[in-house]
Amino acid sequence: MNLNEYFSLVFSDYTLRTITLGTAILGAVCGMLGSFAVLRKQSLLGDAISHAALPGIAIAFLITGAKDTNTLLLGALVSGLIGTFWIKGITSKTHLKSDTALGLILSLFFGFGMLLLTFIQKQPNANQAGLDKYLFGQAATLVESDVWLMASVTGLCLFVILLFWKEFKMLLFDPDYTKTLGFNTRIIDILITSFIVLAIVLGLQTVGVVLMSAMLLAPAAAARQWTNSLSTMVILASIIGALSGVFGTAISASQNNLSTGPVIVLVASVFVLFSFIFSPSRGLLFRQWRFIKNRRDLEQHKTLAFMYHIAKTHDNISHPHTIKILNNFQGFTRGTLQKLVKKNYVELEGNMWSLTDEGFKTASNLYNQQSNE
Amino acid sequence: MNSAQIEIQLIASLVAIACAIPGTFLVLRKMAMISDAISHAILPGLVVGFFITQDLNSPLLILLAAVTGLITVVMVEQIQKTGLVKEDTAIGLVFPALFSIGVILIAKNANDVHLDVDAVLLGELAFAPFDRLIISGTDVGPKSLWVIGTILTITVGLLIAFFKELKVSTFDAGLSASLGFSPVIIHYGLMSVASVTTVGAFDAVGAILVVALMIAPAATAYLLTTNLMKMLLLSILFGVFSAIAGYWMAHALDASIAGSITTMLGLLFLMVYLFAPSKGVIAVLYKEKQQRIEVSLITFLLHLKNHSEKRERHVNHLREHINWQKVRAKTVLELALKNNMIVIDKNIVSLTEKGDEFTSQAIDYIITNEDAQIEDMKDDFFLFRG
Repeated sequence: MNLNEYFSLVFSDYTLRTITLGTAILGAVCGMLGSFAVLRKQSLLGDAISHAALPGIAIAFLITGAKDTNTLLLGALVSGLIGTFWIKGITSKTHLKSDTALGLILSLFFGFGMLLLTFIQKQPNANQAGLDKYLFGQAATLVESDVWLMASVTGLCLFVILLFWKEFKMLLFDPDYTKTLGFNTRIIDILITSFIVLAIVLGLQTVGVVLMSAMLLAPAAAARQWTNSLSTMVILASIIGALSGVFGTAISASQNNLSTGPVIVLVASVFVLFSFIFSPSRGLLFRQWRFIKNRRDLEQHKTLAFMYHIAKTHDNISHPHTIKILNNFQGFTRGTLQKLVKKNYVELEGNMWSLTDEGFKTASNLYNQQSNE
Repeated sequence: MNSAQIEIQLIASLVAIACAIPGTFLVLRKMAMISDAISHAILPGLVVGFFITQDLNSPLLILLAAVTGLITVVMVEQIQKTGLVKEDTAIGLVFPALFSIGVILIAKNANDVHLDVDAVLLGELAFAPFDRLIISGTDVGPKSLWVIGTILTITVGLLIAFFKELKVSTFDAGLSASLGFSPVIIHYGLMSVASVTTVGAFDAVGAILVVALMIAPAATAYLLTTNLMKMLLLSILFGVFSAIAGYWMAHALDASIAGSITTMLGLLFLMVYLFAPSKGVIAVLYKEKQQRIEVSLITFLLHLKNHSEKRERHVNHLREHINWQKVRAKTVLELALKNNMIVIDKNIVSLTEKGDEFTSQAIDYIITNEDAQIEDMKDDFFLFRG
């Protein structure tokens, strides 16, 4: 199947439609909540939570013995929340730093989860196959009810975010101020963290434990480059997340042996790379361009100021001088001289240059600005 | 115990030691998550290395993968340097992307690569003794044992040679730079050791356990001591203990050895986290409670000192005036009585001489914030221990 076939089939084929819709919704909700995670400097929390969810899946299976997605995800949610609050406990009650706490919870919970998974695999009642799909995710196993679950959770997230928009926004940028205004910052914090955990748990089935953090981060990091407004960033991140989901699914469906999770992550990474380079205000390309332009302007101004100092000593400011005397001056090149001529600041005649009235005025203003500062 | 069991425990213990040494410095330098990033990001390096060498234990493959680990570190730093995103976001962006490339490389070449993503993440220690190193016909032991042994020797050698430099640069980067130790060289040296250890150990214990073995013993030790030497030794001890105890736990449960070792590390950390003498959660909570009572006590004594009228010093009035709950008021009152700071005469509270002096000292300290005045109070009060 190539990409064209994919797009012609996506509306008619049940499996493709379900998977595409599922990954798109997942991308959107992750982008939405990921914006908050990124801005709160909790980027790696997602990584820790997704790993911490693994033992929950195993324990839920051990207790119920059933492979019902909702039950397993509920287990994941509970153990993800335990992990999150333990991280907060470690950082607030001991002198261990947040990176250590994250790494600890991530590896310890994941290891414990693996112990349980291998323990389950050795059990005689073999109903356990497929639990390890939560490691790397299998978008192909998405069914319509999963998509409905994702859609309803997304709806809930959207509702809560709109309801508490003001509080979330304030907590994000000035927690102390929020506290002094009388908001219960702890509850807002718990609310937003819980929704991040919820989004991560939703994604486990599709992209898996290991790559889930990128789903959360990448759209938000890409969106951040294009705007300084929170609402625009959240909307943009949702769109980028959804597009990554759709394109990732399309590419992986059009090739053999390509699991969806990694491809979605790579597509999202490409979005990030593109944003890093081409974003107009923060992007590296335009930043470099502005940098070079500023440097050129500065050199031109330096030459002009130098000329002004020479011209000032003469009664007639347009008194011609040889170009040679400029050669000792650092900022001077043929190019800058040509530019000054083009701007009508300087007139050239053979080997001689002379300042025009306009050039003299500009240069003296330049000098004033410098001395004023 | 048969020889395979001994060999497994030996490999696990050596991996634990090799991880604990760089891990201690990573934890102290607040770079613990870098180990997570490296352990995931080496996957593409491993796959490419495997295409070339066709041998998971070849030194070339280990070198290639370790270079990938270093590239990850450099990429994270470069992205961070642009200022477009914070450091943690940079880490979170780089390693999933590299890991995805690795997974896709494996999936696309499934027929040629005898590499399993599960195996990379989890390792299979149980099979390690079966892959033996044979030199000119004689069996000299499992290959992983030699690989990790070599890495450990190099790590220990570097640790002994550069202990002083590492110590200074970890605790005071500015001082170490001014003393002439290049922070860049020390940083990348540490990162290289972490990368090489991760790669060397992943085959035996898997990427995630490497992270656990690096961070958990060091974090556990950090809760017990503030001495670098002791912290190193303790983390090695915890690592080896978990490795051996974890092996037997896996043996009993018939489950993954890597998972069991991690679980042992987790239990160990949990115990220390709760019960560590001065930095454990219980000790901290107790300390916070004591401090709260002591603050109340001082507030109470100051109140007494400020008021000479009887109405203000009546037992019942105090409760409503300072607005404490009944229980708290009683605790504070009893504490003050026990320390002979107040006397209660017909429900009227007044300061004793000792109480008066103490209150003056306390207020002096609060105003001037000079330590010298309260040296003798430090033994009695948590509050003044800082």
